[in-house]
Amino acid sequence: MSARRDDAIRMVHGAGGQESAALIGELFASRLSNDVLARMEDAAVLPVPGAAGSELAFTTDSFVVTPYRFLGGTIGSLAVCGTVNDLLMMGARPLWLTAAFILEEGLPVADLEEVVDGMARTAREADVRIVAGDTKVIGARAGTPGLYITTSGLGVREPGRPAPSAACARPGDVLLVSGPVGDHHACILAARSGMDLPVPSDCAPLVGPVDALLASGVDVRAMRDVTRGGLATISGEIAASSRCGLLFDEASIPVRPEVRALCDLLGLDPMVMGCEGRFVAVVPAADEEKALAALRSHPLSAGAVRVGCFEERPGVRMRTALGTTRFVEALSGEGLPRIC
Amino acid sequence: MTAAPDRLVASLAAYDGPPARLMEVCGTHTASIFRNGIRELLPPGVRLVSGPGCPVCVTSASYIDRCVEAALAPATTLLSFGDMRKVPGASTDLAGAAAQGGDVALMLSPMDSLKLAADHPERTYVIAAVGFETTAPAYALLLDEAVRLGLRNLRLLTSLKTVVPALDWLLANEPGLDGFLAPGHVSVVLGSDAYRPLAEKYHRPFAVAGFDAESILAGVLDLLEQRQAGRHAVHNLYPTAVRPEGNPRAVAAIGRVYEPCDAWWRGLGVIPGSGLRLRPEFAGFAVPFDDAAPDRDETPGCRCGEVIRGRCDPQDCPMFGTACTPRTPIGPCMVSPEGACGIWHRFHGAEGNRA
Repeated sequence: MSARRDDAIRMVHGAGGQESAALIGELFASRLSNDVLARMEDAAVLPVPGAAGSELAFTTDSFVVTPYRFLGGTIGSLAVCGTVNDLLMMGARPLWLTAAFILEEGLPVADLEEVVDGMARTAREADVRIVAGDTKVIGARAGTPGLYITTSGLGVREPGRPAPSAACARPGDVLLVSGPVGDHHACILAARSGMDLPVPSDCAPLVGPVDALLASGVDVRAMRDVTRGGLATISGEIAASSRCGLLFDEASIPVRPEVRALCDLLGLDPMVMGCEGRFVAVVPAADEEKALAALRSHPLSAGAVRVGCFEERPGVRMRTALGTTRFVEALSGEGLPRIC
Repeated sequence: MTAAPDRLVASLAAYDGPPARLMEVCGTHTASIFRNGIRELLPPGVRLVSGPGCPVCVTSASYIDRCVEAALAPATTLLSFGDMRKVPGASTDLAGAAAQGGDVALMLSPMDSLKLAADHPERTYVIAAVGFETTAPAYALLLDEAVRLGLRNLRLLTSLKTVVPALDWLLANEPGLDGFLAPGHVSVVLGSDAYRPLAEKYHRPFAVAGFDAESILAGVLDLLEQRQAGRHAVHNLYPTAVRPEGNPRAVAAIGRVYEPCDAWWRGLGVIPGSGLRLRPEFAGFAVPFDDAAPDRDETPGCRCGEVIRGRCDPQDCPMFGTACTPRTPIGPCMVSPEGACGIWHRFHGAEGNRA
């Protein structure tokens, strides 16, 4: 158990790794579960009463990143991207968002304007509308006043669209990632520690890349956006949901040299570093070239590559550059708190 | 894969000398050996065992207790490196102190504390100064700056350790170690010549290696070739970063601020002359702590002490992967990213078997 009754919640419970999974599984899911929640997908897919064929996708996400402004985005653009991307991963077309703001006393109005402008711009890019909202102000706490945003999103999966699910990967399928991993995590980490890192966050709505992939006619088994927990954790969750194993190819993992250097300096592993504009897709091996071509046709996924393949034997492993094999562990510990 | 590692892998496979137990002293080497799956490439009869070169793993429980106490003190912030947060003390760890309302902040560099101390003169900043010769010079430079800036609210809670006396102790107590992959970062400061007296005294070869797969493979191969030829030289295979004489300025900075003392190594006990304490003229910056005080007994069954002296592998401990996991660490070697048990668990899984 990661959270016993006599424990207090720790930062690690929100880091998106094994401790978060344990808290969700042991505390939330055991009390709240039903057949929809139990699927533990990025978004709930629900039947539309009276409309045969179409389905709704529904999700929610909170954003607490510090700093709330960073190279390549703000907490506002992030709040749109995170929820839009979760809907996209279920094969749905995102349509409507709600936004709830918790503002700390003392927050400069000019900063709030910048955040909301970023939200509006990203919503236009993603072609979604923010249709309801809420605002609360809470008393000042220690440190610079900040803000927290919760967005909920509704999308529609039309009849005949592929219905990817994290439970649908099969041995022999290949794992594709849409571009270099860890940029957002590295960007936030650098901003928090005053380091000068010329890598912007990858924060982006993935409407274009997902449309391109789905339109290519490839049988997309599963998609997940690579957020907290990083490539290792997210892909491992797909493997576990699908009751199969996964073998990564180390030489193929795309990481920018600047991000690699930062990781080496701080002892971090890019495999568990979060992104906000990358996703993994699972496709049959026969569809690999077609899927990669479709992804590479869009600028947001021009760097798409195959990073691994699923196999019968359970567990997540890495084929190293020396040709040896080792286990790949899901994120354990804090990694970096509050990157989203 | 480039041609050079290919050749090294082939040479390793062709080794036909006597069996060997080689120790990689430094946790960063252990992590790289596992990340690259290098154990799979060792010839039969050759084993790599982990050493005491992870500072977090050898820090005493009573030191953690002292840090927790500092974090819970009024108007006091404890600054530590991230990997110290989950090291268990007698009752709790630093993450637990934070959950109880203690002020525990992560630092990426000890220099971070200067601005904090200058900006908040009403608070006291206690730095958990843990590490080897690699981090000690940074604390010396920090104190120089604190003196220059006239800061009166910075304190060092010191548990710094030195590698050469610890290797001397190990060689005297563990005759089954046939060669040493010397720690890369420490060697940058001390220089490769620092190991010559040990190589002479105990007739064991040393290889100073960097941290990538190729450098480690070259180091292992060098030690095996020396063993086969009956040599016990110190070879520097990391000349881009390590000079024979090391970094005299860093060594001088350590000596200016610190003096040697006896120190308690978690799992090993007191090793004479293996610690550093602030010189009397810097006593105003010191949080009193006796690093040589005998520590409480380890948790019954915990075999961390045997792991870091190369006597057993992490998976030989009955608690490994069951009671003791990275999420629920019992021994210090499971806590740190550089600890042998944590590394085995991460890269070999809960059974400790190969992937």
